[in-house]
Amino acid sequence: MATSGPAQAIVENAVTRRAPIVAAEMPRHTGFIRMAHWIFALCFFALLLSGTEILISHPRFYWGETGNVNTQPLFKIPIPSSRKLVPTGYGYTLPDQNGWSRAMHFEAAWFAVIIGFLYVAYGLWTRHLTDSILPKKGHLTLSGLWASFMKPLRWQRPAPEEAASYNGLQRIAYVIVIFVLFPLEIWSGLALSLGFMSAFPRSVQLLGGHQSARTIHFFDSIALLLFLLVHIVMICLAGFRSRTTAMITGRATATKERV
Amino acid sequence: MSNLSRRKLITSGLWMTAGAAGLGVAAKLAAKYGLVPPDHGGLYGPGETLTYAAQRLLTKHSMAREFSRDKISPRPFQNELAPLTEEFKKLQAANFADWKVTVDGLVHEPASFTLADLKSLPQRSHITEIACEEGWSYIAEWHGAPLHAILDAVGAKPEAKYVYYNSMEPDSWDSIDMDDALHPQTFLCYGMNGSDLPVPHGGPVRMRLPRQIGYKNLKFINKLTVLDEAGLKKLGNGCGSIACQYGYAWYTGI
Repeated sequence: MATSGPAQAIVENAVTRRAPIVAAEMPRHTGFIRMAHWIFALCFFALLLSGTEILISHPRFYWGETGNVNTQPLFKIPIPSSRKLVPTGYGYTLPDQNGWSRAMHFEAAWFAVIIGFLYVAYGLWTRHLTDSILPKKGHLTLSGLWASFMKPLRWQRPAPEEAASYNGLQRIAYVIVIFVLFPLEIWSGLALSLGFMSAFPRSVQLLGGHQSARTIHFFDSIALLLFLLVHIVMICLAGFRSRTTAMITGRATATKERV
Repeated sequence: MSNLSRRKLITSGLWMTAGAAGLGVAAKLAAKYGLVPPDHGGLYGPGETLTYAAQRLLTKHSMAREFSRDKISPRPFQNELAPLTEEFKKLQAANFADWKVTVDGLVHEPASFTLADLKSLPQRSHITEIACEEGWSYIAEWHGAPLHAILDAVGAKPEAKYVYYNSMEPDSWDSIDMDDALHPQTFLCYGMNGSDLPVPHGGPVRMRLPRQIGYKNLKFINKLTVLDEAGLKKLGNGCGSIACQYGYAWYTGI
């Protein structure tokens, strides 16, 4: 390092000028997490769209093993149907879109499950799951959870330092989504497959029957949709541009947080 | 974004090459073990192939769930029917005495079976659920001649890979692989809940595949053809089922 004179001054200057910016640039999400996030987001959207389309062909739900228009439903969704023989009270039938909907639903489910498994494996390997997602002892105080719950309700943006890690409430929500809602959605979805249930009949029996599995699949998808809506609202509250940039490029500057 | 170093480029290049080679090997193996469905092309081909391959690995010999008699649905739902053809009505007027199912293709002795012929084969029954891709389902007792007994009678050749089946409903045909064709619960079904199969449920004869969705269980079967891979490709749209034309899958174990 035998530089001297103006050259050294420039180097030092450059270092000191850059330093605060580097400090403010917090590494947010690793490359794998970002890739997994967007592939999963695409799959989730495809599943939501195709699932809704399939639902339209029979917007009635049952409990137990069987159910059809000759049996009493548990409840009906008051929408028109894409099938003539479903009594909906509407005087018209929507076009049948189940062909591509089913194909899209199953293909997106495959990719979502594959990326989901990779995410959990990666999270265990890098300790991302244990360090950043699982709640720690300090996270589980009632007052802390209550404060985290009330803050967004008062439409208060998170402080810049809160961007570095998830709070207790977020961690609990993520744990429920990753380890309860998604596994149940996969299970109840598989339990609708005649092939799968022939190999694993217990998987259907434990859910209360074929039609019960379908009803559970529906309610679980509503729970996941609610999580998605809250997720998007929270991102808007925290700063849509900065959080979305962070999930695309992996970086976000704390100073940009309030923009 | 200066972190795309040469080293990273080389390692990711290697990973991608390994991945592509792995996919290539997987595709070869899948084709060799009969894990690729006829409709494996197109945007949804990968999903169809994953589903079919996974289910063939898991369910080759699994049996559809059977239920006790008290689970039989009191009012089975008769789905929509296309208007019956004149030819069908004529057969119906004669109480299907002249109904025939012809069996040809890769068999030693092509033959045709009247309803009486089918009924003279050992009758099998199962109480199973029929489920529609729309989401509804019902349980009934189904009686029929196992398809494997019919294939045995005509002597299906070893190169047989698929069985094509045609319905008298216009533009209605489909096919299944030999795993399903030889499965003990696969029937040419002529009875339901102790009596003849009613016409709205597909009588006199419907295909009954309890491990696949309703639309694969075609009604009014009058023709079977045993085919190999090339024979199936030559049929209609080449993907083994009229359903593909409307965007529906060939394999419906899901």
